[in-house]
Amino acid sequence: MSASKTDWPLWEVFVRSRQGLSHKHVGSLHAADSTMAISNARDVYTRRQEGTSIWVIKAEDITASTPSNKDVLFDPANDKVYRHPTFYDLPDELKNM
Amino acid sequence: MAGREYEWILRFGDDALVLAQRLSEWCSHGPAIEEDIALSNIALDLLGQARALLTLAGRREGQGRDEDALAYFRTDREYSNALLVELPNGHFGDTIVKQMLFDQFAVLRYEALANQCVDEELAAIASKALKEVRYHAAHSTQWVVRLGDGTKESHLRVQESLNTLWPYTAELFEDDAVSKACADAEVMPLNASFKEPWSTQLQNILNEAKLLNPESTEFHTGGRTGRHTEHLKSMLAEMQVLPRTYPLAEW
Amino acid sequence: MTQQMDLNQRFEEYIALDQKIEAKDWMPDAYRKTLIRQISQHAHSEIIGMQPEGNWITRAPSLKRKSILLAKVQDEAGHGLYLYSAAETLGISRDEMLDALHTGKAKYSSIFNYPTLTWADMGSIGWLVDGAAIMNQVPLCKCSYGPYARAMVRVCKEESFHQRQGFQIMLNLSQGTSEQKDMAQDALNRWWWPSLMMFGPSDASSKHSKQSMRWKIKRFSNDELRQRFVDMTVPQAELIGLTIPDSDLKWNEETGHYEFGPIDWSEFEQVVAGNGPCNRERIETRVAAHENGAWVRDAAAAYAEKVADRESRQTSAA
Repeated sequence: MSASKTDWPLWEVFVRSRQGLSHKHVGSLHAADSTMAISNARDVYTRRQEGTSIWVIKAEDITASTPSNKDVLFDPANDKVYRHPTFYDLPDELKNM
Repeated sequence: MAGREYEWILRFGDDALVLAQRLSEWCSHGPAIEEDIALSNIALDLLGQARALLTLAGRREGQGRDEDALAYFRTDREYSNALLVELPNGHFGDTIVKQMLFDQFAVLRYEALANQCVDEELAAIASKALKEVRYHAAHSTQWVVRLGDGTKESHLRVQESLNTLWPYTAELFEDDAVSKACADAEVMPLNASFKEPWSTQLQNILNEAKLLNPESTEFHTGGRTGRHTEHLKSMLAEMQVLPRTYPLAEW
Repeated sequence: MTQQMDLNQRFEEYIALDQKIEAKDWMPDAYRKTLIRQISQHAHSEIIGMQPEGNWITRAPSLKRKSILLAKVQDEAGHGLYLYSAAETLGISRDEMLDALHTGKAKYSSIFNYPTLTWADMGSIGWLVDGAAIMNQVPLCKCSYGPYARAMVRVCKEESFHQRQGFQIMLNLSQGTSEQKDMAQDALNRWWWPSLMMFGPSDASSKHSKQSMRWKIKRFSNDELRQRFVDMTVPQAELIGLTIPDSDLKWNEETGHYEFGPIDWSEFEQVVAGNGPCNRERIETRVAAHENGAWVRDAAAAYAEKVADRESRQTSAA
């Protein structure tokens, strides 16, 4: 008997750890189809009740930004300090804003 | 009455324990790491069910026997599991078909046990177990479909598994004095009442999996009264070796 | 060429500033190779490491112990999987890694080539082997490669119960019947030295250590970690009345450390070379699982393809 001819595809797994939080990438796994990917994700990544919801997506279907573009994509946000709440000097008397 | 209660709870517990023991043999031998983890999860669920049920059985018996006394110090003749669950694992297809046949039955049985209010302790165990076995049933059913409708080789293999295991399914739906007493007490309807919903469900699964319903009319029985296959004794010999070699030890 | 130098300089800066390197960042080939070797070896160790304990699941002496052991061995499968996933981010497939393991090209921790002879071995593996592993693994949570560091955070979080359950088994045995006490001492005698060897060759003769330290893949030397393990474990053994099998072992007031006897590295080399007591069985078992599962994996892949076909035909028909 020979080794298997087909490697199951790689899936990336995202888990919502509790209601109110967004799904977070937790790792990856192999599965033949999406049903199997969900159930494997449940068994592999939520053995200790870490999740309330799971997303899986084939790794090959993810489009990622290229790291060599990192400067172009992300550095411009560096000097936009006005996007951050701490940029604004407000009187101490003002509370809860 | 109390004696009978002990007997029927023990049957539920023995089914879960023996199946858990078999399934745990898969650990580190699965067809993929992911599936190894999945099988262990199911074995752990079954083991948890067995412990709760044996503990309850021991209490109802009232002789001071706990889960370990019942698991480790009964002989095969005193075990009351169905023959189906004690059969050796065989290949992955054999195991998964065995699981599917049993899981579909376990869902029906736990539904009934979870919905009665005669025995509340048993109902509590059953409601927890029900969630687990519904997942087990989905897992094994999906696999039966994948293998049945997968490659030519896998199709032939699981059809063979089904044909071999089929003669052990009728026992699940048999009734005797114990199950009749259980039904009279309104804890659970007769086993025979599960036959129809089980067969309907099974027909749907086999259709989807492109498998043929076996026509065998040869059936095996005896597990409920302690007349087992040759396999149970060796399984128990392995499982019970430490407590029986060192009866005074605690672990 | 200048671009190459820029990239390299940037990589070195990241390392110097303790910034993580991520999967798609540029990295020197040697760094990538070192990581692939180390992470896949680590993954293989988890997967092979299931066997010595897996042997005892069916024989666990109580149902509670059976549940704990099964959960633990299952965790090891999970850890192997996290690690294979981390290695895959470096551009090697799981199949390639498994192939290297099955054909004997890849190494795994030699400790798993020793047999598990009694129930006390379950205690010793948890207490000593997992204890040594944790000592090795905690610093890896801070290693410079992001996916490896994150996998290790998960592993370490889950490992914490493993050592405790092992120590508890030893504790119960040492308080038990005289047969149980003998069982515990015998297991400690057999597992002590191999556990010390788990930290790898001494710093002087370790061939990969220096570069790995510089790249912040490794954060402490083999000898440092080994010493830490001895200092931690000796008092634990005393607490449960067991004797460490080393007549040279003594406390050094001045250094604040235990001194211990010389390690028999020739044994280590024998086991690494494939001549340990169970090398062949471990690999044979692994290969058998993989080969017996081939038709299953093929069937699932074929079924997935059929379903995808049917769905695409339905979509195009609609």
